[in-house]
Amino acid sequence: MKQLITFILKEFRHIFRDVRTLVILFGMPVVQVTLFGYAITNEVKDADIVVLDKSHDYLSTRLTNKITSSGYFYLKDKAATVKEVDKLFREDAVKLAIIIPEHFAERVQEKDAHIQLLADASDPNQANILVNYTNGIINKFMFEEAGVGLPYAINTEVEMTYNPTLEGVFLFVPGVITIILMLVSALLTSIAITREKELGTMEILLVSPLKPIQIILGKVIPYMLLSFMNAMFILLMGVFIFHMPINGSIPLLLGESLLFIITALSLGILISTKAASQQVAMMVSLFALMLPTILLSGFIFPISSMPWPLQWLSMIMPPKYFIIILKGIMLQGVGLAVLWKETLVLTGMTLVFLAAGIKNFKIRLA
Amino acid sequence: MIEFSNISKSYGSVQAVEHINLKVEKGELFGLIGPDGAGKTTLIRMLTTLLLADEGNVLFSGKDVVKDYLYVRNNVGYMPGTFSLYQDLSVEENLNFFATAFGTTVKANYHLIEPIYVQLEPFKKRRAGALSGGMKQKLALCCALIHKPEILVLDEPTTGVDAVSRKEFWEMLQGLKAEGLTIFVSTPYMDEATMCDRIALIQDGHILDTDTPTGIVAKFNYTLLALTGKYKQETIELLRSMEQVKNAFPFGDSIHITLRNGYSVKEIEGLLQKNSVAYEKLEPAKPVIEDCFMDLMTSH
Repeated sequence: MKQLITFILKEFRHIFRDVRTLVILFGMPVVQVTLFGYAITNEVKDADIVVLDKSHDYLSTRLTNKITSSGYFYLKDKAATVKEVDKLFREDAVKLAIIIPEHFAERVQEKDAHIQLLADASDPNQANILVNYTNGIINKFMFEEAGVGLPYAINTEVEMTYNPTLEGVFLFVPGVITIILMLVSALLTSIAITREKELGTMEILLVSPLKPIQIILGKVIPYMLLSFMNAMFILLMGVFIFHMPINGSIPLLLGESLLFIITALSLGILISTKAASQQVAMMVSLFALMLPTILLSGFIFPISSMPWPLQWLSMIMPPKYFIIILKGIMLQGVGLAVLWKETLVLTGMTLVFLAAGIKNFKIRLA
Repeated sequence: MIEFSNISKSYGSVQAVEHINLKVEKGELFGLIGPDGAGKTTLIRMLTTLLLADEGNVLFSGKDVVKDYLYVRNNVGYMPGTFSLYQDLSVEENLNFFATAFGTTVKANYHLIEPIYVQLEPFKKRRAGALSGGMKQKLALCCALIHKPEILVLDEPTTGVDAVSRKEFWEMLQGLKAEGLTIFVSTPYMDEATMCDRIALIQDGHILDTDTPTGIVAKFNYTLLALTGKYKQETIELLRSMEQVKNAFPFGDSIHITLRNGYSVKEIEGLLQKNSVAYEKLEPAKPVIEDCFMDLMTSH
């Protein structure tokens, strides 16, 4: 036991004396959360638009005001002709044009009003979002302002459950936690173990009474603690900066995080038993773990819309299950009664990785 | 204390060592001497349980190194060929770590390392990576000794260390030997052979001879000449082509020439003059281990 504690202390010294490790450990979470939270967002804020109002009556003016005061759009320009609209598009000055026909108020009364929306679809996702937002505002406007005159209009009432304001952050926080834990746990441990091989210190450790399990635990426990701290740190950022809710049980959330950390660590151990150098360990960790974590876990791209071979592949990605668990606990507020399947899968994967890692740990050099 | 019996090991198609037999007695300072690639590290790694032999077996203190590898790992003091301490830990931290790893404390066995550690003491807060080559070796030796091993195994401890530190290092080994420790050390430096009680000369995975350094030199019964003065590579080629010359190789600033029995200095002098080779002196020299090694190597 004393040997293990000394080993862990030694490992902490390595970590705190290596700038690169520290940057990955503590710089990475902040950068990732900030990036995903603020910069990489698919929400619309202050998109530049142009309005071509051919009507200039009370209703069209109010509609324009309604749209520009929504916060999603910024009225860049008012155009007098379609040509001007076209010019603005070509100059890439606006993303959306709203063309209101002549005699708008009268036509609304006659239930024959057509508003034309022109969107710059060189970015199809953004164009879609802009059109949808505008549609939403126009529909609401018609219902409120001209509702009396529209007796037959069908109003669909949509409720976005669990994330009513459609905050992208709610999606990204679980994703970022998963990426960071995968990175810190698997990448850093696999590097830390292969470093001992590369520097020759593993040779001395092997020719000592230290048992393989002591070496592995001594290497892994510091990273487990630091990863756990990281997970809590990101959660706190999510809650206090991005106002992400934690609707479910916090102890369960922390417990599941610990389980996923151990999953990633066992992957790191497995990689280190196979990789001969730090470089190989890093490449394997990055390409075999990071890319699938980002692409196949359902974090960015929905799994249900992937072709079936990728859907199958995503089944064996531990991050997928962890993201389901995180979203379940934080947004839906569900507990183990719902998430037991995912928890069980993660536990099973961890046991397999650990067993393979320990079995592959070489007690000799060759 | 150590016994290699009929040991062979190959890496793929490369035969590293073949049919090696060696015996080291208790309390001996035994040197395994040979050039790079001779098979020294392979033998040492088999002794320290890091490699498995293809054939034959190794005994460590009477215990089989494969079956009782845990015994070996508990009782060997091992210093690998490359500096294998934690460069980012201080002198003190390294020593404490290895003491604890072996289930002991620096305090309990301080007397073992004291003569060596006193020189390191002023730098105990310094990171191991910032030490000089000689200091690193001393620290590595301390770390290998801290658990009071039965046998000390050192793989080329003086490679890459300056001449003064090398001498100091061997003096330390002599001191440890005097305390009764069995020491098995490998080195590519022939001049270090005389510091050992007994040596084994190894080349291309074969033991050329095993004896005391004086015993090995005594077996050399050829006339040895030393040619001094500025010489050219062609001179060595020329000497080697002479039927009277068994062996010629550069030795420090001079050329050592081993004559075949039945020839004398005169004949070589004559031949050198005939080929108008300029030199300062050509005189008989006392053979050293390197001459014996060269001779054994060529006749093998």
